[in-house]
Formats: sequence, C-alpha cells, structure tokens
Amino acid sequence: MSESFQLDGEDIPYTPGQTVLQAALSAGRYIPHLCYHPEFKPHGSCKVCTVKIASGKSQRTAASCTLPAQPGLEIESDSDEMNELRRTLVQMLFAEGNHFCPSCEKSGNCALQALGSDLGVMTAGFRHFYPDRPVDASHPDILLDFNRCILCELCVRASCEVDEKCVFALSGRGITKHLVVNAASGQLADTDIALIDKAMQVCPVGVILTKRVGFAEPIGERRYDQRPISAQALDDAPRAATGKGRCTSCEE
Amino acid sequence: MPAPEQKKIRIATTSLAGCFGCHMSLLDIDERLFALLEQVEFDRSPLTDIKHCGPCDIGLVEGGICNAENVHVLREFRNNCKILVAVGACAVTGGLPAQRNHLSLADCLQEVYVTEISLHNGMIPNDPELPLPLDKVHPLHEVVKVDYFIPGCPPSADTLWKFLTDLLTGRTPKLGADLIRYD
Ligand code: SF4
Ligand code: SF4
Ligand code: FES
Repeated sequence: MSESFQLDGEDIPYTPGQTVLQAALSAGRYIPHLCYHPEFKPHGSCKVCTVKIASGKSQRTAASCTLPAQPGLEIESDSDEMNELRRTLVQMLFAEGNHFCPSCEKSGNCALQALGSDLGVMTAGFRHFYPDRPVDASHPDILLDFNRCILCELCVRASCEVDEKCVFALSGRGITKHLVVNAASGQLADTDIALIDKAMQVCPVGVILTKRVGFAEPIGERRYDQRPISAQALDDAPRAATGKGRCTSCEE
Repeated sequence: MPAPEQKKIRIATTSLAGCFGCHMSLLDIDERLFALLEQVEFDRSPLTDIKHCGPCDIGLVEGGICNAENVHVLREFRNNCKILVAVGACAVTGGLPAQRNHLSLADCLQEVYVTEISLHNGMIPNDPELPLPLDKVHPLHEVVKVDYFIPGCPPSADTLWKFLTDLLTGRTPKLGADLIRYD
C-alpha cells in the first residue's frame, strides 16, 4: 500500500521523496504555483504554492513545492484564506515590475498572467513601483526585457544545470534583487547563449524572448486562451529531471 | 391603471487617459444594448454629450490619470456615483500610457514635439486651454476610492455584459477566469 496524506479532505498517495506539490500534481490535483518547474529541483521562492498544515492542534503554513510529503499530513489548499493570500502575492508581483500585458509578446502564454486570471485578481491593488529597468537588446537573436522578471531563478538554473553556461545570475538582496547577465560588459551579446538552450525555454513570463517571432500566434490560440492554468496542471506533474540540481561549471 | 414605470438606473461613463476602446467594447454588446436601455439611462457620457456628471448609481471610468483635468473629472465622478468602476487596463493599472512613468515628462515632451524627426519648427504646445500633464500616469485607485475593477485592454463585450447584468440584478459582480483578461 502506498503512503498518503490528506489534501482538502482527499487522500493523496505519494512516493517517498516527493514533495506535497509533486504528489498532488501526480494525483491530478492542482495547487496554484509559479516558480516550480517539473524538471528542476523546487526552489520555493514565489510562495504562491503556500498551504496550511494542521498537525494536532497547531497550524502552520509552508510552501508545498518544497514541503516533503509525509503520512498523516492534513493540508488545506483550496480555501478562501489560502487563495486570498495567493492573490495578494500575485498582486505584489504585478505592482513590483512593469507588466504592460497588452504590449507584451508573452501575453496569453504567461504563467503570471494566467495565474492572476485564474485566481480572480482584478487589480494590482498596491501602488505600482514603475521601476526603471532598461532592456538588453544587444544580442542579434534574443531580447531581455527585465521589466517583467519575477526572480524565479529558472533561467539561472537551466543555464547552469542543463546548458552548463551560467549565463544568468541573481544579484542584490530584498527589493534591490535583480537578474544579471554573466559577462564583463553585462550584455547578453557577450555570452555564448544560443536559441536552442534550455534557458530560452523556461521563463514563465516575458523576459527572455526570441526576436522576430512575437505575436505570431493569434489571440484565442495561445496556451492560456484555451484552458485556464489550473486545468493544465497535469503538464506540470513531475517528469524526468533535466536539471542536475547543481552546476558542474560553477559548482553552485 | 398602468403599473408605475420602474425608476431607471442612472449610469455615467467617461474616458480619461484612455483610447475609447473600452467604450467601443461596451457598444460591442450589440443588440443587448436594447435590453440594457430598458433598465438604465445615461448621464454624462460620450454617448449623450452631457458635460457634467449629476447624481448617478454607477460610474464607468475608462483610462488612467495623466493630466489635471483627468483628476477633476474623476473626482466629479466619485462625488456623484454611488458605485465607481475602473474599466480596462488603463483605469486599473495606468496601462500603456504609464509606460512613460520611468522617463522624465520634459524628455517625453521634447522628444514628441521637438526632436521627433518628422517635425520641423516643432514646439511644445502651451495653449492655456490645455490641461497640465502630470509628472506620472496613475491608475484610478491611487487618486480616489474605486469600488470595482474590470481588467482587459479592452474588457470584452461579454465581460462588460456579465459585470453589468450582475450589478443590475443586485449580485456582487463575479467574473470567471475566461472573462478576466489583462490584454
Ligand atoms: S510577463 Fe506576463 S504578466 Fe508580465 S506583461 Fe507579459 S504577459 Fe503580462
Ligand atoms: S528571467 Fe524569467 S526565468 Fe529568469 S528569473 Fe526572471 S522570470 Fe525567472
Ligand atoms: S511554486 Fe512553491 S514557492 Fe513558488
């Protein structure tokens, strides 16, 4: 008999080593999430996957993408309280960057946007920061629009663990944290990034873009025009990892 | 004796720093306009050309706040409308006009009216009739209290219809994921 825990009152089986989010997705149950990627070790930075855990009389919250599945866990996820918290997190991400969806070529294929509409986010709520983040258009085939970065670190991990190039890194702390390009000039043109790299495929939002292909898909045919992100959750169920969990070139 | 005519819901609409796309979307409800007009009447609106907003039940505001006149009109709406609704991306987030927010206003004016290559003898307009531009573009909720937000650039006719019919029948407006769009 496989082991199981409770998610919103339902039994979820898991294989040892899986996290709560991985087990839930494998069982076809959706917990909203953003920085988790099925091919990489969970990183736990966005906190959108936060759930409430009851054990005995005490209650605590934790990011379900990094929380190891254990027998007897009683987890609350799809409740008004947890979804309200997730809406607030998504609102903060919108207010912190410059997200002008109508002019963004990721629109319709963007996980942040899809999450917002699925959770019922009607406004950014907070005062917008409108930060000044110049784009990097130095590379002939690739555009970097830092205005939309949510600091999920997926490109950093893909570039290090799969491409073994370490083109990207996060720099700074707290509100000054930002994505940087590992080149003396700081320019993407001075790296060996290539269009076929894994780092080109993982950005959940519209930062790392291939030039000259934007807006090719008509509205109505883009990924999240078809079905809400929650209905596509099985796509995010664990599959063979492409990330090694560490970088062989910089050993981080 | 004929039944007394039910008092109509009074709606005002305006476009501030917007493109009238949201108003076009409202017209896109097509023949449902007839059903709507049985229940509502319009106060100040581009559809009536009434210049000032009187007491209303619902105010629909398209566009963000980019100049001093926008602030006056928005306050007039807030003072007169029981329910104030931010309609569309610009009203909700500042929208595309807010893309100028990380640039200095002086640089923008210089570029658009003076440096721009197709202009010769360009000058920054200074007619006293023109409202003063604000330093930054703001969404409505940064200036007045907003009761409801409808994102979308523009929100679709179906989105506006669902929102209005919910409101007119006394329900709390609720849009599903298919009707909440940010583009
Ligand atoms: S990255 Fe996503 S949320 Fe941000 S502007 Fe583009 S489509 Fe909108
Ligand atoms: S560029 Fe994209 S993948 Fe990289 S950290 Fe920013 S949001 Fe994440
Ligand atoms: S998905 Fe778990 S913290 Fe981002």
